[in-house]
Amino acid sequence: MNLMHLSLLEQTILVLGALTLFLSFALLPQARLTTMVHLFAWQGGLLALLTAVVASVGGNHHLYVSALLTLALKALLIPWMLHRLIRRLQLERHQERLDRQALVMMTGAALVIFSYWVVLPVARLELANTRNVVGLSLGIIQLGMLLMVVRRQAVAQVIGFMSVENGLFLAAVAATSGMPLVVELGIAFDVLVAAVLFGVFFFHIRESIDSLDVDLLTRLSEAEQEKLASESEGEA
Amino acid sequence: MPLDLPLSLASLAVVLALASAASALATRQRPALMRWLVMPLLGISGALALTAGLGALAGGHIETMSLPMGLPWLHWQLRLDVLSGFFMALIGTVVIGVALYGPGYVREFEHGRDSLPALGGFTGIFVAGMMGVVLADDAFMFMVAWEVMSLSSYFLVAFQHEHAPNRRAAFLYLLMAHVGGLSILLGYGVLAGFGDGFAFDAMRAAQLSPGWATVAFLLAFFGFGMKAGLIPLHVWLPEAHPVAPSHISALMSGVMLKVAVYGFVRFTFDLLGAFQWQWGVLVLIVGAVSALLGVLYALMQHDLKRLLAYHSVENIGIIYIGLGLSLIFLGTGHPVLGVLGLIAALYHTINHALFKGLLFLGAGAILHSAHERDMERMGGLLRRMPWTGLFFLVGCISISALPPFNGFVSEWLTFQAALQAWTLKSGVLRTLLPLASAMLALTGALAAACFVKVYGVAFLGQARSRPVRRAREVTLGMRVGQGWLAALCLALGVLPTFVVGALNSIPQQLLGQGLAGSTEHGWLWLTPVSAETASYSAPFVLGGLMLAWWLASSLLRRGEVRKVRRCDAWDCGFAPPNARMQYTATAFAQPIRRVFGGLFHIDESVTTTEDGRERHALHVSDRFWGWIYQPIVRATNAAARRVTLIQSGNVRIYLGWSLGTLVVLLWLIS
Amino acid sequence: MVDFLNPTGWALALLQTLLFAAGAPLLVAWVKRIKSRLQNRRGPSLLQPYRDLHKLFGKEAVMAHTASPVFRAAPYIVFGATLIAASVIPMLAVELPTAAIADVIVLVGFLALARFFLALAGMDVGTSFGGMGSSREMLISALAEPAMLMAVFTLTMSAHSTNLSSVIEHVLNSGLLLRPSFLFALLGLLLVAVAETGRIPVDNPATHLELTMVHEAMILEYSGRHLALMEWAAQIKLMLYGVLLANIFLPWGIASTLSAGSLLTGLIAIVVKLALLGVILAVSETVVAKMRLFRVPAFLNLAFMLSLLGMLSHVILEVGA
Repeated sequence: MNLMHLSLLEQTILVLGALTLFLSFALLPQARLTTMVHLFAWQGGLLALLTAVVASVGGNHHLYVSALLTLALKALLIPWMLHRLIRRLQLERHQERLDRQALVMMTGAALVIFSYWVVLPVARLELANTRNVVGLSLGIIQLGMLLMVVRRQAVAQVIGFMSVENGLFLAAVAATSGMPLVVELGIAFDVLVAAVLFGVFFFHIRESIDSLDVDLLTRLSEAEQEKLASESEGEA
Repeated sequence: MPLDLPLSLASLAVVLALASAASALATRQRPALMRWLVMPLLGISGALALTAGLGALAGGHIETMSLPMGLPWLHWQLRLDVLSGFFMALIGTVVIGVALYGPGYVREFEHGRDSLPALGGFTGIFVAGMMGVVLADDAFMFMVAWEVMSLSSYFLVAFQHEHAPNRRAAFLYLLMAHVGGLSILLGYGVLAGFGDGFAFDAMRAAQLSPGWATVAFLLAFFGFGMKAGLIPLHVWLPEAHPVAPSHISALMSGVMLKVAVYGFVRFTFDLLGAFQWQWGVLVLIVGAVSALLGVLYALMQHDLKRLLAYHSVENIGIIYIGLGLSLIFLGTGHPVLGVLGLIAALYHTINHALFKGLLFLGAGAILHSAHERDMERMGGLLRRMPWTGLFFLVGCISISALPPFNGFVSEWLTFQAALQAWTLKSGVLRTLLPLASAMLALTGALAAACFVKVYGVAFLGQARSRPVRRAREVTLGMRVGQGWLAALCLALGVLPTFVVGALNSIPQQLLGQGLAGSTEHGWLWLTPVSAETASYSAPFVLGGLMLAWWLASSLLRRGEVRKVRRCDAWDCGFAPPNARMQYTATAFAQPIRRVFGGLFHIDESVTTTEDGRERHALHVSDRFWGWIYQPIVRATNAAARRVTLIQSGNVRIYLGWSLGTLVVLLWLIS
Repeated sequence: MVDFLNPTGWALALLQTLLFAAGAPLLVAWVKRIKSRLQNRRGPSLLQPYRDLHKLFGKEAVMAHTASPVFRAAPYIVFGATLIAASVIPMLAVELPTAAIADVIVLVGFLALARFFLALAGMDVGTSFGGMGSSREMLISALAEPAMLMAVFTLTMSAHSTNLSSVIEHVLNSGLLLRPSFLFALLGLLLVAVAETGRIPVDNPATHLELTMVHEAMILEYSGRHLALMEWAAQIKLMLYGVLLANIFLPWGIASTLSAGSLLTGLIAIVVKLALLGVILAVSETVVAKMRLFRVPAFLNLAFMLSLLGMLSHVILEVGA
């Protein structure tokens, strides 16, 4: 695809898509949860803008609705809920150092190259002028999952999960001019409900293990409990 | 031509090297002979090799000769084409420097327990072996010369065998050299199997299936990589190179590693022929990892010679990056760019021979006059050894790839080859090449950091120990030996068009493809791909630097102002600094150690001694011992324990085993 | 290839280099002034750096007893290498003969040469501060190098050239294009430029606080004309990165013919661009705090990631499958 053959608006789509990918990368090593939420909100905002541009390029009016919906939900409502959650869990000052940061970032880059390679056949189908964005969105999805793998903090994992959803949404918008509105609405509310449910779960998790470090969830398994019990017996 | 002059000269060079060895054995303990016979013979041999090599490079044709030696059906074949000519010239250049330097350096051993005849003898054999490898035209002679080279250098590494670490290093070297040699032999075996014979001509004609070609390639890559010191096969190198006498280290690091590169180029580009880009990817990745880890490990050293040895790993990595790029481009059908990569690699090969030889000679000069290898005890040597200091600075600038010296040109060519990644179809390769070059850039910058450390700690500042304070400049011969290599470093940096023009005949002969446009704009302009893509004019750069210097200093030459007043160092107004307040080599590398901490095995501790003083101990080592070699050692030991089951000690049972083996073998071949 | 025998071209190149050297202190003064205004101070006059340089050139040079010839030669080499680097950058016009002497990789090489001697000079006297500065400088530059090269690679992938003139012409000829790869390369290079020129948040040129300084620590022992050359070289280096960024990514206005009118346009264009860049730098230095040394790797890691993303987005988005 030669950039010169694209209109300025289509080029804007590419730039926005690339920026979305960058935000996924930026999320990966971010130590502070509040900054992560900010970055996530920016990603949602970019996605909304991108959707609006796609709508104006293709003349799909229903996409304006999903752009608005994205803006309201992913750039404003969910970040606000996450912020409140962090405040109530008193995690504003929580910092999580990522081990082997360079390795994680390189893995991320490798995953993006891999997803580009995987979608090459899809891109050849020439569905839309902006088809190469599919590669980016697959990259965003994988980066989100990588985030969930490398992070121990439960809230960070939720943000990873949400950014996976962002990637899916980007793929739908860029490749096929969006899903039917009903489906989109459904997914949006799923995400919202998920956010609420996660909030509830966090309080429960913290109540039972005194932390949101998911590595400590192993304590809940029976084998571990027995081990702990036997250790305490041994000490006694 | 009835008499192949260059080849005759080359053969004469081998003979003279052997004569030097023989005369050394005759010297017994008469050191004067060493100075007036052995080393001059070696020097003449080197000069002949240089002449022969340049002649072959200029002539551009192939000369062959058959010696009535070797196997009855396969006499030893000698062959001098441009590739061997280039490497002959390389060997000759460094050997000349070493021969000039040697007489002064070996004086130290005249009164010691170490045997001078052994040193001179094995040096001659070693040089002859290397020349033999380069001249060989059949696998049999190649392997014989290769083993001569390996064995004689083993004895040179073990020269000061009264120290246990030297013996250990020599043994490790011997072991790994033989594993590598075996792999090379197997590689030739594959080629010979398809090509009907051990002569290189037969191997060239061989038609290999892609699978077998890959097998042969992998065997050669492993075998030659072992000798060249690619990571993770490098562990012998930082052990063996530092313990040999310094002029031998210069030969080993400067030349022997290049002979391994020669073997790899000959095997892959000449004998194998059909290229697959996947090989290039492997070579590129291994090269990039070697370059980066080599320089990082070098930064952690404070033994000067060990540090230089690790830098050999780095530079071999850079050479292999060039070779990998070449293979990728050749395998994907871009012959011109493949040639560019190959030329970049060969250019770096000669450059590394020059500056690494120079640096080892410099390290030897320090060792000779201050008896010190540990940088933490050096300092202020520039004022005590001004010439050595100047030449060492040239070496440092060259190896740090800074313009207008030679190291920069070859790295620049490598970058130019990598920058042509946009011509490749595959998007994955298009991202891999820039990533590898980013690693190369990091390597270059870290190398500069490392040599700032070396020069700053060893030559600048104040002396940190008494022997270093008493160091004096070395003998004239030793200075001339270094000066010869230093001058070449500058010449090859300022006149790259001539070098590239000469190197150009190598791919023309091997691949039938040259780099036409690189020098078409005259000797001032080096334009590897085209003038629009990139150009570099080293003479202008040197001229510009001189001009700027002259302008700045002449503008400032105004009467009284020119004078400089001397006083104590300012240092933010604290007390005048003494030698112990200086930054040490370990301190200099501390930030880098911390940033790249995961790559090293760091053992740091602070203990309080009985008299209440605190001692800080830091030990940084290679991770590859733990990752690769110790498991191998453990597996070998475990296997050996299994084998002890059949070791009963009873002679008749052993004879029984032999009988059984014989029966099984007979049954197998029936 | 440009015509090398064209005397007008050479004269212009020389003029441009002199302009570079003459304008560099002004840029530094401009940044300082904007910064002062942002911090509610009056700030020094725009001519202050010139006065400083003049004063230093007239003063006697003092050197430590332990200083070696390297210490004495270093200012000239540093200044010379930086000036040569400046001379190959197209500032007013493209197609000048000097641009063919060196491409952007050689340019990086010149800066590396200057830095090598700067760091050696820091080590030379044998003070602890000097060594500290050298050690840190080499760390920062080593980490900046891959990011810089990756950004250059990203440009080269589109422009198919490392010659600065060719790159700028390529950008000019392709008109207004929103390239994601260029955007990321620009961001990456901006961060690299901040690190390489020793500005906040990597280093603070305005402080002599012993434990944080990097560049100042290396030139601590210099005085008189030697110090002036070192300072001047640092000012040229800042300007060099400014011109590089401005003319590669926003080349509009640069003269592509050597007529007086277009050269004047080129001059006005570069002054405006540099003034804007100076404002951006001043604002960012005002709102950002200096980071401690071991945060710098993360900063440069970000620069590398940006450049790498530029490369990735070039491969994924801008080249057809």
